[in-house]
Amino acid sequence: MTPYLIRRLLQAVATLFIVSIVAFWLLHLMPDGVARGLLGPRATPELIAREEHQLGLDRTLVVQYGIWLTKLLHGDLGTSPVYHQSVSALIGERLGQSAYLAALALLITVLLAVPVGVLQATRAGSLTDHTLTTLSFVGYAVPVFFVGPLLRDVFQVRLHWVPIANQIDSFHSALIQPEQLVLPVATLVIGLLAGYSRYVRSAMLDELTQDYVRTAVAKGARGRRVLYRHVLRNAMLPMATLIGLSLPGLVGGALLVEQVFNIQGLGWLTVQAAQRDDFAVVLGTTMLTALATVAGSLLADVSYAALDPRVRLT
Amino acid sequence: MRMLSPAFPEPGDPGSSAGALLEPAPGPPRSLFRRGLAAFLEHKLAVAAVGVLACYIVFCYLGPVFYHGDTSQVRMGELTRPPGAGRPLGTDQQGVDELGKLMRSGRVTLEVGVTSGLLASVIGTLYGAVAGYAGGWVDALMMRTVDALMAIPIVFALVYLAATRGRTKTVFILAIALTSWFGLTRLTRGDTLALKVRDYVAACRMMGGRTPRILTRHILPNTAGTTIVNTSLTVADSVFALSVLSYLGLGLPAPDDDWGGMFAAGAGYLDQGYWWMIYPPGLSIVLVIVSCTLVGDALRDVFEPRRPQGVTRLWPS
Repeated sequence: MTPYLIRRLLQAVATLFIVSIVAFWLLHLMPDGVARGLLGPRATPELIAREEHQLGLDRTLVVQYGIWLTKLLHGDLGTSPVYHQSVSALIGERLGQSAYLAALALLITVLLAVPVGVLQATRAGSLTDHTLTTLSFVGYAVPVFFVGPLLRDVFQVRLHWVPIANQIDSFHSALIQPEQLVLPVATLVIGLLAGYSRYVRSAMLDELTQDYVRTAVAKGARGRRVLYRHVLRNAMLPMATLIGLSLPGLVGGALLVEQVFNIQGLGWLTVQAAQRDDFAVVLGTTMLTALATVAGSLLADVSYAALDPRVRLT
Repeated sequence: MRMLSPAFPEPGDPGSSAGALLEPAPGPPRSLFRRGLAAFLEHKLAVAAVGVLACYIVFCYLGPVFYHGDTSQVRMGELTRPPGAGRPLGTDQQGVDELGKLMRSGRVTLEVGVTSGLLASVIGTLYGAVAGYAGGWVDALMMRTVDALMAIPIVFALVYLAATRGRTKTVFILAIALTSWFGLTRLTRGDTLALKVRDYVAACRMMGGRTPRILTRHILPNTAGTTIVNTSLTVADSVFALSVLSYLGLGLPAPDDDWGGMFAAGAGYLDQGYWWMIYPPGLSIVLVIVSCTLVGDALRDVFEPRRPQGVTRLWPS
């Protein structure tokens, strides 16, 4: 296990390194964005040149990358030229509410997906199964940015069940107004649930074709007992992997949901920064998400081996 | 959830698909195409989806011939009017006729979606085939790069590609294509790894066939199924990606705005209850995405037939 872990960690570091190169290079393709964006369209070429010099943008891309990477390795994400604040501070202000939203959505999704998937698998081919399959297909295919406004239109504007959206701009405001999170979380859950319940259904069906299930049923064990003692336990193993691998999707979904419901989280910050050519912030959030993604898939692999003694990582 | 991210890893799904291609067909032998068509036609929803897509193409390209909604003029006297005589879908915040705009924006959505979907398929297939066939460190380097690219949230990549390179249709097509080929490339690489050890590839190499010939004549035709299935799904993803960008306010500027842009404009008036500005473009996006996905799913059953396996029933249902 240890050699595998070491190799996997090295791979993760290499991946992050490539991410940093690609992200940095992409951002600095910007034609004349940063300084021009900061100083306005009427800035003279001299002013722009001076600003670029101050920001270090007049050096070659490789040197700029070197400086940025050195700072990054010391835990410094740089300073935002737009907000005049350190990127870590900006991210710190936004991380709490985003993580809270995503974690709530993930928890509720898993709690719902298991019973739904089990129900479908044990009644495979029935009307219930087909109905739920169709519903989850729609849930998967309908974009988050459509579901969000739809829910808002129905439950806020027409039915008044949920108060009109207040902006959530800190972790504290997310905590003290749980009613504001109902629709955002529901939107994310609708999107995620389809994939998860399909996965549980497939995993359950995989187990149900195994010989040990037939043996258990043949020796007279009752269906419920076979389900809880044998099938469910084995079918739940891949869930760990799924949760690990669904992190990028969750981040992307949260970005849109934040936009729809005026939650000033990490996704909101990224979009704002992108609109204002604030490359330092976009780079920072991109690296953070990439880190989460890589860590997620690493955890997925490792937890799979930890949970299933048959899996040997070499 | 459609997330601009690699699809959920799916274990074999023994519950679905009839495996129509494997059934011995009664009667005279039929061509591969006919059998494939028959397998496709069994998916009623997918057939309906093809119909929906055809309707949208007719609507967007032939609609303007019959319906002359003026989409170029701003009329201050007619802002955000509900549907009524002479304006079947009402007007938007600039007094522009919504039905005419729906046709115009639909053309943008369909063109960008299909073009970038096709482009992504070409890139993904070629990259995967080359990596898989080359093997060794070339393969390792190429696939690690793909892993790294997949770790960048695609929404982020799109956001700054669009924000930085100027907003033209070409930039959007390239940006979306360049961020949506990773999944397909992994599949094609997997296919290629399996194909390159087949006897007929070895035979071709022994007879002096060079790598380009082996790739184009023997490997790529056999991965075509994967490519075709995924092109349909990639087009759905591209339409989604374009709509996301427009929704975030980073889309194409008017008059090249797409359905996502119309939807975003309408969503800004949600609290006022101007439903005619939200639902026509929103539902159009949903219908096109769902249809492309349904077609892709049906094509998968045509190209990759699977037999249902024996599932033990825990209780009679």
